[in-house]
Amino acid sequence: MATSPKPARPSSQPRRAAVIGGNRIPFARQNGAYARATNQDMLTAAIEGLVARHGLAGEQVGEVAAGAVLKHSRDFNLTRESVLGSSLSARTPAYDVQQACGTGLEAAILVGNKIALGQIDSGIAGGTDTASDAPIAVNEGLRETLLTLNRAKTPGQRAKALTHLRPGQLVPEIPRNVEPRTGLSMGEHMAQTAKQWGITREAQDEIAAASHQNLAAAYERGFFDDLVTPFLGQTRDQNLRADSTVEKLAKLTPVFGRGEGATMTAGNSTPLTDGASAVLLGSDEWAAEHGLPVLAHLVDAQTAAVDYVTGNEGLLMAPAYALPHLLERQGMKLQDFDLVEIHEAFAATVLTTLAAWESEEFCRDRLGLDAPIGVLDRSKLNVNGSSLAAGHPFAATGGRIVASLAKMLHEKGSGSRGLISICAAGGQGVMAILEAA
Amino acid sequence: MAGTYAGIVNSAVGAKLAAQLGLPRPARLRRYAVGAPLIEGPVLVGGLGEAPVAERVGDLLKLEGVDTVTEVAAGERVAAVVADLTEAAVLGELDALRALVAPALKGLRSSGRIIIVGRNPKGANGFAQAATRRALEGITRSIGKELRAGATANLVLVDDGADANVDAAVRFLLSGRAAYVDGQVIRVGAGTPAEPADWAKPLAGKVAVVTGAARGIGASIADVLARDGATVVCVDIPAAGDSLARTANRVGGTAFQLDVTAADAGQRILDHATSRHGGLDIVVHNAGITRDKLLANMDEGRWASVLDVNLGSILRMNEVLLADGGVRDGGHVVLVSSIAGIAGNRGQTNYGASKAGVIGLVDALSADAALVARGITVNAVAPGFIETEMTAKVPFATREVGRLLNSLSQGGLPVDVAETIAWFSQDANAGVTGNVLRVCGQSLLGA
Ligand SMILES: NC(=O)c1ccc[n+]([C@@H]2O[C@H](COP(=O)([O-])OP(=O)(O)OC[C@H]3O[C@@H](n4cnc5c(N)ncnc54)[C@H](O)[C@@H]3O)[C@@H](O)[C@H]2O)c1
Repeated sequence: MATSPKPARPSSQPRRAAVIGGNRIPFARQNGAYARATNQDMLTAAIEGLVARHGLAGEQVGEVAAGAVLKHSRDFNLTRESVLGSSLSARTPAYDVQQACGTGLEAAILVGNKIALGQIDSGIAGGTDTASDAPIAVNEGLRETLLTLNRAKTPGQRAKALTHLRPGQLVPEIPRNVEPRTGLSMGEHMAQTAKQWGITREAQDEIAAASHQNLAAAYERGFFDDLVTPFLGQTRDQNLRADSTVEKLAKLTPVFGRGEGATMTAGNSTPLTDGASAVLLGSDEWAAEHGLPVLAHLVDAQTAAVDYVTGNEGLLMAPAYALPHLLERQGMKLQDFDLVEIHEAFAATVLTTLAAWESEEFCRDRLGLDAPIGVLDRSKLNVNGSSLAAGHPFAATGGRIVASLAKMLHEKGSGSRGLISICAAGGQGVMAILEAA
Repeated sequence: MAGTYAGIVNSAVGAKLAAQLGLPRPARLRRYAVGAPLIEGPVLVGGLGEAPVAERVGDLLKLEGVDTVTEVAAGERVAAVVADLTEAAVLGELDALRALVAPALKGLRSSGRIIIVGRNPKGANGFAQAATRRALEGITRSIGKELRAGATANLVLVDDGADANVDAAVRFLLSGRAAYVDGQVIRVGAGTPAEPADWAKPLAGKVAVVTGAARGIGASIADVLARDGATVVCVDIPAAGDSLARTANRVGGTAFQLDVTAADAGQRILDHATSRHGGLDIVVHNAGITRDKLLANMDEGRWASVLDVNLGSILRMNEVLLADGGVRDGGHVVLVSSIAGIAGNRGQTNYGASKAGVIGLVDALSADAALVARGITVNAVAPGFIETEMTAKVPFATREVGRLLNSLSQGGLPVDVAETIAWFSQDANAGVTGNVLRVCGQSLLGA
């Protein structure tokens, strides 16, 4: 049933890209249910579920953009390979995107912008990550020896190259969640920022408990019935603890930061996770032609980055800087949003971001604003849970949030608006605004 | 998919042993493939008196390029016999059937067909005619047990004035679609059949919903409906979503993760079909579960869940699906009963209740004046032993008995059930409603 779509008509007037639906596989803990699944397996599964839900088998969509943060070198064409392994038409183009934890949301923005410009009429944005099937590289010394060996032309040169082999070179390089320029893990960076902002352990544990309870309630209510497709026997997120409470979380010992002031535990930090997600975007016309209801529109997006290397700003504070641009462009206040999704890299990330927006000093000195952005009504925040409960397969988180938020806004009613905030390694942040159709 | 028993008796050593012991050896059944001829080989067509239906069938076969003969020449092997006994009124006339069919049996080709056509005893004029008409059923079922090599015998009862509606039934029974339908009675009544433009795509342009489509019989129903041209909405519980997605993508349909016991399931299915595909023509209520226990040990949970999934949910969904604005006029509803709903089964009071209830529901819906006026047909299949994950859970010995206790000496395949359902879903078959057709290889259970 391969259908060849009409070529998209570029227009001088941008149109709004529609978020039509989403799909993800349940997220699994590192070395858990998906220990043996590859990024390609998971991304393909996420796309397959999306295709099935929207009846797109054999269809050629405009483009698929997706990526992974932890990536094998063999996966240089990960997204295209996943498309070829899916039920989409083999004539669907695809490319890889990589912006650390911002990958999934950035991919949605890229696809949305092409739709807005009329360059494509439909597209799929996604992301996948596995912390289990991690790309292990050979030791740098061994790599150099092997390359020399490969270049050698004579037996003599080959023998010489081999004399450089050392037993220590057999120790593989395992990717670590560490900032190359500071040598600090993301958790250690976050611990510094949390301390600076005086974020308490209790406040973090409250965020974590709420994340689990809200996500569990959303599953119970069937909210994810058209957002999640089971994979390898897993039907819900493996990290989810429906019975999580502040009291239970209070018993855990801190893992990041040192001594008395350490507040960050395995309970209020996201665990390493495996998973994948995909979002279907399109023009309103394309959606209508396919009989697909539109959930929301992508209204605007903004990225930002901070200088965390010199210690001038916290590693995960970039979203705080992105927001004022969005608010100004849209003529909005933070309080105008009906729903806000702040990715829970750590509970402390959410709390420092909110604290920064409430701080007169920060808003004046760092953001150059006359008045603070102000307080966010917490009842609008991460209402169906977020990464602390679901887990955070880096590149898959953006797609999870876009699809869930689009559905939540749709349930709230036409015109309601939602904000997405995702922090990323390298001191970056990605934000987007959705509006219910 | 041959069962263990079939595998053994058809192996080189097993075959010899089986022959010595006189054990039945299951034949490889002729099954439908797109483009296959209706039937290969000449068909003997005849009957009693004017034999009006035989004449119709002769024309149909000519159209399909199938040779017909009026008697079996010495040494000739026919592929099927169509015997029109619609005019039988007194017992003596039944001998015409014997005289026609008997010479064809010895040389009947493998997966051959005996189709006997009669009139419904309920419409008989007088005691003798009623008895004579009903006698055809006994003859058919007995022939079914006499046949070998995958051949089947079935009876088609045509209402007075409905002769024009018999074509779809004859086509079905002759073809490989009816491979596992044996020893059964099909009643053809009034209705306005519409011939498809292409008999290879009898469901072209139709929108169908199949519940329980993730695996087993449901997945096969989705395959066959799509093969026959329908757009298929595949429904199953969210926990079965990955296999459901595979079904949907294979058939180019949509996957709809939904528990059919949800209060709003009917409305959601209708909304989905209407918004995505512009309407709904075919509903197949296939989702079903077993929770076996002897009644003595049956708890309320097992009792209630089986009744609700297998029957309660159908009643609730139908309130929306069969109301005005639901299934389009001329649409088709197919339910899935079971031999257990006819014969009962030890440890299956709950399941037997639900599947007998399905039959009651088909009786009532097919007689409903509003649905009849809208031309909506309602039928059920009652599968016998079908090789699926559901029956794979049955203990080994019981399973082997289930496979063998039928005239074809083998279990059926999901596709056999699916073919019958697809046939019930044809507009060409508008004359068939209120039927509960067993797809059981003429199982001895409940026969
Ligand atoms: N296999 C046999 O021999 C046999 C015989 C007689 C009747 N049947 C009937 O055929 C039908 C299909 O049986 P099967 O053998 O394929 O079984 P199966 O267990 O392989 O498949 C049944 C499907 O229905 C789905 N389902 C169950 N509860 C559901 C719910 N609440 N909502 C949505 N989907 C639900 C299941 O997830 C599963 O995918 C059933 O109605 C069964 O009773 C089967």
